[in-house]
Amino acid sequence: MKINNKDEYIIIVGCGRLGSHLASLLSKERKSVVVIDNNEKSFNRLSKNFSGFTIEADAIEEETLLKAKIDKADVIVTTTNDDNTNVMVAQIAKSIYKVPKVIARLFDPSRQEIYEELDIDTICPTILSAIEFKNIIIEAGGED
Amino acid sequence: MNIIIVGGGKEIHFLTKSFISKGYNVTIINDNKEDSKRLAKTHEKAVVVNGDGTKPYVLEDAGAAYCHMIIALTPKDPDNLVICQISDKMFKIKKKFAIVNDPKNVKVFKKLGVDTVISTASIISSLIEQRVSVDDITNLMPIEAGKVAMMEIEVKEDYPILNNELKDISLPKDAIISCILRKSEAVIPRGDTGIEKGDKLIILSLPKVQSEVLKVIRGRID
Repeated sequence: MKINNKDEYIIIVGCGRLGSHLASLLSKERKSVVVIDNNEKSFNRLSKNFSGFTIEADAIEEETLLKAKIDKADVIVTTTNDDNTNVMVAQIAKSIYKVPKVIARLFDPSRQEIYEELDIDTICPTILSAIEFKNIIIEAGGED
Repeated sequence: MNIIIVGGGKEIHFLTKSFISKGYNVTIINDNKEDSKRLAKTHEKAVVVNGDGTKPYVLEDAGAAYCHMIIALTPKDPDNLVICQISDKMFKIKKKFAIVNDPKNVKVFKKLGVDTVISTASIISSLIEQRVSVDDITNLMPIEAGKVAMMEIEVKEDYPILNNELKDISLPKDAIISCILRKSEAVIPRGDTGIEKGDKLIILSLPKVQSEVLKVIRGRID
């Protein structure tokens, strides 16, 4: 799920804590980044060095995605706070616009298997943190 | 038949009532506690599950594995999409209906594998538009979400097609007079059937030729 160096044009849907941080990191790596969020205030979360574009609109709408030039995107990441929106935008990107790499953030792991089936990469922060916590606890326990 | 309806609002009351009166088993999934209580009180025969219908375990609780039909009726289009997809992939429910709030999503849903998509907004707007523009049309129904239009026109005496035989009327290629209602009798027309005053013509056509059809039948456009 690593972002290759050849993936130059990246669309991020949702400018929350995760989306804004990711956008800033990618922008620092000199990638072209477009961030979509339906609330203009969310863009305040972007770091000062962010040099990409922002679009204030609803990503479910076709016009928004076309405005973000989805047909030219190498990667699209969906990080809104609604799992179903993430999954819908991810599927539109994958099935209709054939974006090569599509990653969706899911809070609820119970739907994960369905979307892996549809060739959409999913990241579930809850599971990732649980694993990290477990590793720290078990490692710490092992040292004693 | 077991039916699951996910959502709330006025439509759900009507649908539940009509399905129950037909003898179907109805399960409602609603994510609002107060609404769920109200639904359970109003529809004694229906099972109400309080929870998020886009989550697999909630659908499982509602008996999705034994369900024949599911209707996704929430106000959020992404939720309706996910409900239909989970029903299909995890529970293999045969019939899935999704209501879309944004008519543009009909196309998107179909491309993502949901077959039966209903856009109430576009059905209502097309009905109103057509009624407003032509008042002789007494009945109009879009079929398959507007792919085919059915209309009923009463023949007035100033129509150019009056007393013509069907084969002499040059309707556009994508239209057909499928039935004539003559004095409370239904006639299935052939090429030699004549048109009389007061006949009600039931016309099936593609929406794109509808205005052309009206022009041929009424001899004017307005």
